[in-house]
Order: sequence, then C-alpha cells, then structure tokens
Amino acid sequence: MSVDQIVQLIQSAIQFGTVILFGAMGEILTEKSGNLNLGVPGIMYLGGIAGLAASFFYEFNNPDPSGFVCLVVSLLAAFAASALGGLLYSFLTITLRANQNVTGLTLTIFGGGVANFFGGTLNSMAGGVGQISVAATSAVYRASIHSVTDFGVVGRLLLNYGFMVYLAIVLAVVLQLFLNRTRMGLNLRSVGENPATADAAGINVSRNKYLATCVGAGISGLGGLYYTMDYIKGTWANDGTIESLGWLAVALVIFATWRTVNAIWGSYLFGLLFWVYLIIPGLGRRDTYLFNMLPYLVTIAVLIFVSLRNKKENQPPASLGLAYFREER
Amino acid sequence: MTQGKTHREPLLRIAKRDGIARPKAWAIRIIAVLLSLVVSGIFIFAVTKLNPIQVYEGIFDGAFGTPRRSWVTVRDAMMLLCIGVGLAPAFKMRFWNIGAEGQILIGGIVTAGFMRAFGGDISTPLLLVIMAVVSLLAGAAWGMVPATFKAVWNTNETLFTLMMNYVAIQLTSYFVALWENPVGSNTVGVINQRTKDGWFPELFGQEYGLNVVLVLLLTVGMFLYLKYSKQGYEISVVGDSENTARYAGINVKKVTIRTMAISGAICGLAGFIAVAGASHTISTSTAGGRGFTAIIVAWLAQFNTFVMILISFLLVFLQKGAIQIASQFNLNDYASNIITGIILFFILGSEFFINYRIILRGGKEGAK
Amino acid sequence: MEHTTAIELRHITKRFGKVVANDDISLEIRRGEILSLLGENGSGKTTLMNMLAGIYFPDEGKILVNGEPTTIASPKDAFACGIGMIHQHFKLVDVFTAAENIVLGLDGERRLDLKAASAKILEISEKYGFSIDPNKKIYDMSVSEKQTVEIIKVLYRGADILILDEPTAVLTPQETDRLFDVMRNMKADGKALVIITHKLHEVMDVSDRVAVLRKGRYIGDVATCDTSPQKLTDMMVGHAVTLNIDRPLVEDRNLRLEVKDLTVLTPDGIKALDHVSFDAYGGEILGIAGISGSGQKELLEAIAGLRVTQPGSHVIYHPPAPDEPIAGQHVPVDKGGEELLGKNPRQIHDIGVSMAFVPEDRLGMGLVGSMGMADNMMLKTYRSGRGPLLDRKPPRQLAERVKEELDVLTPSINTPVRRLSGGNVQKVLVGREIAQNPSVLMTAYAVRGLDINTSYTIYNLLTAQKLKGVAVIYVGEDLDVLLELCDRILVLCGGQVSGIVDGRSTTKEEVGLLMTRFVKEAKEA
Repeated sequence: MSVDQIVQLIQSAIQFGTVILFGAMGEILTEKSGNLNLGVPGIMYLGGIAGLAASFFYEFNNPDPSGFVCLVVSLLAAFAASALGGLLYSFLTITLRANQNVTGLTLTIFGGGVANFFGGTLNSMAGGVGQISVAATSAVYRASIHSVTDFGVVGRLLLNYGFMVYLAIVLAVVLQLFLNRTRMGLNLRSVGENPATADAAGINVSRNKYLATCVGAGISGLGGLYYTMDYIKGTWANDGTIESLGWLAVALVIFATWRTVNAIWGSYLFGLLFWVYLIIPGLGRRDTYLFNMLPYLVTIAVLIFVSLRNKKENQPPASLGLAYFREER
Repeated sequence: MTQGKTHREPLLRIAKRDGIARPKAWAIRIIAVLLSLVVSGIFIFAVTKLNPIQVYEGIFDGAFGTPRRSWVTVRDAMMLLCIGVGLAPAFKMRFWNIGAEGQILIGGIVTAGFMRAFGGDISTPLLLVIMAVVSLLAGAAWGMVPATFKAVWNTNETLFTLMMNYVAIQLTSYFVALWENPVGSNTVGVINQRTKDGWFPELFGQEYGLNVVLVLLLTVGMFLYLKYSKQGYEISVVGDSENTARYAGINVKKVTIRTMAISGAICGLAGFIAVAGASHTISTSTAGGRGFTAIIVAWLAQFNTFVMILISFLLVFLQKGAIQIASQFNLNDYASNIITGIILFFILGSEFFINYRIILRGGKEGAK
Repeated sequence: MEHTTAIELRHITKRFGKVVANDDISLEIRRGEILSLLGENGSGKTTLMNMLAGIYFPDEGKILVNGEPTTIASPKDAFACGIGMIHQHFKLVDVFTAAENIVLGLDGERRLDLKAASAKILEISEKYGFSIDPNKKIYDMSVSEKQTVEIIKVLYRGADILILDEPTAVLTPQETDRLFDVMRNMKADGKALVIITHKLHEVMDVSDRVAVLRKGRYIGDVATCDTSPQKLTDMMVGHAVTLNIDRPLVEDRNLRLEVKDLTVLTPDGIKALDHVSFDAYGGEILGIAGISGSGQKELLEAIAGLRVTQPGSHVIYHPPAPDEPIAGQHVPVDKGGEELLGKNPRQIHDIGVSMAFVPEDRLGMGLVGSMGMADNMMLKTYRSGRGPLLDRKPPRQLAERVKEELDVLTPSINTPVRRLSGGNVQKVLVGREIAQNPSVLMTAYAVRGLDINTSYTIYNLLTAQKLKGVAVIYVGEDLDVLLELCDRILVLCGGQVSGIVDGRSTTKEEVGLLMTRFVKEAKEA
C-alpha cells in the first residue's frame, strides 16, 4: 500500500463524498421544514440532466464556447430544474396534502425517467450511446488550482479538486450558520419541529416549507450536476448510479443527525467506505460489492444508535413527514 | 397600531370533508386519471409530433397488440400486484415498509441459488415448493430486522427499510458476480435454459398461468385476512393507535414483527415469482423499482387489495404502451417512467379533493 | 379607571362541519379590566378566542379593534393588533431554549441576537416578578415555567390585549396566586385581559367582569362585584344546580382491590406515583381528586396493567363471592388474593378478572377512531371463539343495544366513531365497558366535555354498577360532583396520597386543602 494509493483513495472519497454532500445538504434544509422528501434521487437526476443538456446545447451551437457562460448556463439550469422538482413535491404535499413518502418516491421515478429519457436522446443526438460530451463545460468544473504538485502530498490531497468540492464545504458551513444563527433559520426549524407553534407565532408555515423544499431541492440537484460534470467528466450513462447515490444522500442526512457540518466529514467517510476496497489487496471484483454495502450498514447502525440514545438534539425534526392543516380538529 | 389595516377574508378556504359518497370519490379519481392522460399525451405529442389519438392507439397496441404482449402485460401487472398485496398489511399497520425492493431481491437470490444448485437433482414441482418456502422465509427475515428494531427501540422504519434495499442490491451484485455465466458477462444468464428445471410449468396452456393463479390467490387471501381474521383486526387497531392496542391487551411488538414478517414474506415470494416464473435469472433489476411503485399502488388503493388489481393494471398498461411508442420512435424506455410519474402525481393530487372541500369567499359577509 | 373598549366582537358565528361552535356572539373587551370568559367545557370559549388570535377565521360576523373593523386572518394579524393569546396547550418548540421560543417569528435583524433578547426577557420578568432562565431548553422545564415562557412571549411582542386559556388548570395554588398578581399588575398597566376558565372561585377572585357562554351561545355579562357564584352557575348551566346525585349506601361492601406502595416512574425517571396505598371495595364509588397531573392517569393505567411499576408495588385483586351476579369466570385463588402487577391487560383478563377501564384519552386509548361502533365493541373480546376468524355477530348486537339504551347519535353502527361528537363517543366507550359485566370499573374524567344531561346518565350508570357490587373508581376534576357522587374520596397530590376522606362528611375546603398539602410543605421546607 503506497502513499499514492492512499492519496488516490482519499481523493476518490472526497469526490464521491461531494456528490452526496450536496444531496444531503439540500435534504437537511428540506427536512428541517418538516418535509421528508424521498425524491432526492429524482431531484439529483433532474439537476444532472438539466445542467448537461444546457451546456450541451450551448456547446453544440457555439464552436468556441466561453467557459464562464458554460458554467453559468449549467449551474442555473441544474438549480432551476431541481427546484422545479421541489416545487412539484411542495405543491402536492403542502398545498394538496398528499402523503410525503409516496410523493417523494413518485418524484424519484419521474426524475429518473426524465433524466434518462433525455439523456438517451442527447446521446443519440450526439451520435450514439456514450457519445455525448460537454468537454468545455466539464473542463471548467474539473479545473483545479494551478501547480498543486508544488505542495506535494498535501497539495494533492487538499487542492486537487474542481471548485464544487470547495463550494460544497462553504455551503455546508453557511447552511449551518443560517439554520442556527439567523431569524429565518430559527423560524424554519420551528416549522419542522412544531408547525402549530410556528403558526401561532405568526410564521407562514406553508411559505417556509415551500421555500426550504425548493431551495433544498436546488442544492440537492447540484449534486447531480457535480456528478455529471466532474465525476463522470461531462457524459451521460443510464446506469442508475445517480439513484443509488441519491439514496446515500438520504442516508447521510441521518448519519449527520441533521447537521450540515457533520455531513461534510460524513460524506467523505461514506466515500472512504465506498472506495476502501481499492487499498485492500487480493480482493475479487465481487468482493467490492460487499464493501459497497458499508455506507448503508453504517447508516443503519447510526439510526439504531440514535434511537437507542434518544437524545433530543439528535432526533429528526419532530413533525417530519406530517402535513399541517391549521383548522384540523 | 391597527389603523388602516383592512384585511379581507381569504379568497379560498379549505375545510375537511365529513365523508364523501363513494361514487363521487371515484368520479374525482377518474377525472384525475383522464387529466393525467391528457398531460401525458401532450408530452408524447411534444416529443413525437404524433396525433394523440394515434398515440393512445399505439399504447393499446403496445399493451395488448398481440397475445404475447397481452400476457407480458398481465405478468407484469401480477408482479406489481403481488408486491402491493405484500405491502398492504404493513401499511395498514402504519408501518412504512419502503423495503419491498430489498425483500424481493432477497427472495430472488435464494430462488436463483436453489434453482442453480438443485435443478435436475430434485423434480421441478418439489423444487418449486422448496424455492417458494425459502423465498418466503428469506423475505420474512429481511422484513423482520427493521420491524424488530422498530418494535424494541422505535427505530425509524422508513429510513431503516430504505437502507436495507441497498444492502440487498449490493448483495445481489455480489451473487451475480459469484454465479456469473458466461464468465465476464456480468450476468447470471438464463438459469437451466435447456432443461427448464425449476421453471414455472405452463398452466392452461399459458406460460404465465401459474403467476396469475398464485397472485390472485394471494390477493383474495390477503383481503380476507385483513378484513375477517383476528390478526387482521389487530393490525387495524395497532395502525390506528398503539395505546388503544395496548389497552386492548394486544402485544404491539409481536404484532409489528409478525406483520412485517408476513409483508416481507410475500415480497420475497414476489422475488420467487419474478425469477422462477418470469425472467429465470437474477440481477439487480429483478425488482427494477417495482418495490417502490408498489408502495404507491398499495397507498392509493388504501390497502384494499381488489383496488390494487385495477391500479396495477393501469400502471403496467401505460408503461407497456409507452415502451411501445418509444421503440416506434427510436426513443428509449424511460418514457414509461415519465408517464408513470405523471399519472401518479395526478392521482396523488386528486386525493385532496376527496378529503377536503374548498370554500370560495362567501358573498354575504366579510369583505366590503 | 377609564375602561376604553379594546375589542368588540359582533355577531360572530363559527361552525366545524355540522357543529356550531359559536352562534351569533357579541362581546366587548376593555382596557384596564380583567374579563372572565366563563362556560362549561365545550361551550365555545376557546374557539371564540382563537378567532381573535388568528387561529380560526369566523364564518360570520365582524371584529372591531379599537373601533376599526379588522380582519384577523393569521396570528401575525393578531400580533399587529396587539393581541396575544396564551393557549392551554403550550405552543412551544421543545428543543428550543426559552429565548429562542420567545423571539420566534419576530421581525428584526437578519442575524439572531439571543443575547439582546435575553436581556430584554430578564427586564420583562423583573418588571412583573417572573423568574426565568432564557437559556433553558423547554423540554427541561416544569409546566409553570413553560407557562411563564408563554406569557413573556406575548409581552415581549408588546401585546396589550392578553387572552389566557385556562391558565390555572396546571398550576399549584401558589403558582396560581402569583399568576393572578401578575395579571393585576398588567391590568394596572392598562392592558386588557381575558381569562378563559370554568372555575368559579377564580372568576370571583381575579376578574372585574364576567361573560358567560353556554353551548356556543352568549348568555350575558355582569360585573363581578354584582354577582355570586350561584348566579354565575345558573347562567353557565341554564338552571339552578343542586346537583342532587343519588347516593345510596351499600351495606355489604367487600374488599376488591388492595393497592400497596404503588410506585411508577415517568419516562424521565420522575416519580409519577410515590408509594400509593389504598383499598377499593365492591359496592362503593371511590373518588380520586387532585389537580390535574398529580398521578391520576398513571394510577389507573398501572392498575389496568399498562404501566411498568417499581419493585415493591402491589395491586392485589380479591374476587367477588361466587354467588354474586358479577362473579364472572375468575379462577379460584387462595385467600391472599391475586397479584395483578406484572400482568398485561390480556393476562389480567385471562385469569378471569373483568376490569372495565374508561381512559381519559377516549379516541387515543379507549376506542379505535377509524372503526365503527360494532368493531369497537369487540376491542377487548375479539379473541373469543375458536379459529383464526372474527365473530362479528355478538359485537354487532351489542352495538345495537348500546346505541339504543344510551341513545347514541350515529348514522350507523359502522360509522367511524371519530366522526361522532364527544358525548356520543363517551357513551360508546362507557357502554362497552359496562357491558362486559365488570367487577372493577375505573373511569378517568368520565364526564369531561359532556353536557349536563349526558353527565347525569353517566353518574346513574356508575351508581347502578356500585349497587351491583362493582368496585367503582372515579377520577374527577369537579369537586362538587366528587362530593355528591362518591362514598370515599382519595386525594392525590404530587403522586402521593395526601388523604382519604368520607364523601358524605367531608367538605370542599377539606379536599381542596388536601389537594395542595404536599406542595405547601415542600415550599415551607
């Protein structure tokens, strides 16, 4: 086991972690408003395909694409498409009071369908399966800080990533501060804990739920964008990876006990667990599948541990999964 | 402090209905389905530029165009129905079993394992019985794990069962790699293709006759179990209020675990039917998201297994049709997921109009 | 003092489905005055005030604030009008601190400055004499601390019209006195106060004016100094109440339950019951009195086999003699009686003890809300009969019988009981429990929320059971009823038995004193 191997493992873990970190951060924001959105995988799909499609059409029509435009177009498209997914979920669960679990699962089916349908279409437009590539945009996402080799191993570990890795960390810290140190954050958390109380305190419960769910979905969708642009280098594959990563993001929310800062290291840990077979010598291909169970098993362990300890601060928001209707009696 | 504040009564207000006549409720649902078909039609038209009527002809053709297609439609609807029937007792108990996907796969793995190991050594009828039993047991075990933690420590079952799915998926990948045939294909291939050992026999001259009989038996059985048995009554009481159940002397832990064992077992059996009765192979797509779709089926049917038949057929019919359209126009199969999503969104939304009524701003009082 | 009108309600009507909760009510609330809103449970007091707090919206009628017609469509509108309501069920977020709860929903700087908020909270508490720790989490607080948070919350918002919904229900007398002092301070400040209550002595003690509601209708208002508890009762219930509950004495009383050193802990490890000991006899009604939350719920649930008890606790059952009509199927035991603790309700039933229990939470414990009367009738008996299938015939017959005998208003015996009114739900529950031919009958707040006539139906049913030789345990909140219905009254205070008195010879004052005895001793210590 060489230093190179370990560096490579950690790099893989951080890149892998960043995908689910975005997904989990969005879901934490959503769940803090009391909405359990099981549509995260679908939303990440929407974010991934929208970002890809937007940059594809831009690059397709401009022989000499500008990196900045690539970036803006793909980011905006990804965020908007995912937020729209969140809006659909919000409308059904908040306004029409449909069951959250069922609506979320439907959104996952729908999002996956939309993404893979158009992903396949883009592939055939680009000339065949696996042909789509948005080289210019992907390059922007994958650009790392110059001459990291100057800093040796430390440089390779800390500086050798596309900007979204750092964006995710910054966002996690900002979200943590937002939730705990601002009035809006306090109000939002109260909606998820006890909507009747929030309502009595003059907080617009529906507006908070809508906003948190839509913005949360937008953030989750960036995970899909990072996956398509950086992780698989600006291509599309109908292999269901985004869906399984989406569920890992849901798992990470539990693992982080609904704190975005915990989700940072949690996501990297999940990445490590996922890739750890790389440095274990003598493993067959099939053994890697057993190792890939680890993040899920660890999440189950955390879930059990949290329910055993029963500490108030580590519990899910108290009204998670429940619709609120003021005149209910 | 209050000067000049003249609010108006809100334009719309919402009130819970005291109850709704059954025909009216069904009318609302049918309108929702029709609307969803219109929206799906617009989507298909936008992509294919086809006349919508032709589109629906195409869909019908895809689902029932040939006897073979009809039977595939029936087979898939039965599969979805079977899982929905399995989920019904859990949901009736308000236990969110999101883990059907995993329970199906576990049932499928053991079925495939036995089929590979004992095909030819044991006569097919006996082997089928053995595979059915082990898939029931495997599914039950997989379902009892989260149920036990829920019963003892109140561990959140929605998230637990969800995670169990992915453990099962990785396990399936492991066994696919283990049983790879031919080597390097990353698939198990059709098991016992030549001998058909451990395959469902034809029934009434139909390849999928046994699937239909098995699932319909389960459907009727589950309906009777929930409605007329003592255990079914216990499930309803626990689902309504755990305190009431304890008051009535019901052992809530036991009922929770037992019900999830039943739920998991039937989902495991669905895995058996999928492997022995349909694909004759095992892969991560043996469940193929049907564990999730069936949740929606069970929920929309409000645990009435006969209503599930209708919903299962509707969904599978549209999926098959969408796949047909897609292949006609060189689009891919995922169009069917989009259409499924649209229909489900509409049906989910329609429940609101069944449970609540909307009051427009009254004319005589309030704003002036 | 000048009493300017703060709020005027004009012809307010509010319906919930078919139920008219408030029917054409007009009312005035004045500054510098404490107004009592008096009425029985279910008379529509809280509903009316919720429309001022923006929780409900009136179906008909007008609200004038400071003479201006105002629409209060949300709690935010209510705050804008200076209206603050302290709800009976506290609207607090458990995992937040006091300060976080108090600033919740306020406009202000984007950044949350809890330090400044804490300073202002302490300033308010000093002004009115509260004591509070702004950084304490709600889940660590006692009930009265939570109430303090609620009151400071509305004061912090600068409310000058305060509505308190049954604020004393959960308080000790000392805490009540302190609250009333605070209320008088606020009155002196020129604030308008409304206290919702059904306790007459509090009305007389603290308010300047009393408005009475009965069954959703406005009966009238009087100055407190011009009225008397008797007159108010007449207004509240519609006719002069001399309760006149029939209380025959059963000569032949047999020991039925022996409760010894019963100790029960709450999930947080606090003693909900502390070495409670008493005997209950067949042929008598044993009343349980105490301020709410003194361990009544835990006591009944422990006897019914629904609570884990501490070692050393005993509940010994002595079966009725075999020739008694209520003898039932009890398996004969030796003279010492049968220990019930450690058995769940089913095991208690299986040894032949027919124990009827009408719990406080009717739909959350006694009945299955989504099922009809018929299916609810078999809740405790569904196991009878062999085979795995249910026998629905007997429960259906029983449901028809209960419906007829107790006059239950329901469209059909298959209509989910959740849709029935409170009184009918209670009749279904009591009817089922009495139909099982019990030897022990326990009821918790059996008449809460019921009208006078239904209440009497229940009293008569209980007395009839007593005459049959049943040991009846009646947990009540209305001392007048306890004093006229029960043969003996056990008083609980802070989870301990503070006294057992004879129902025929004791006085309201004596019981009232016992209800608070331990609290006072603890304060003095």
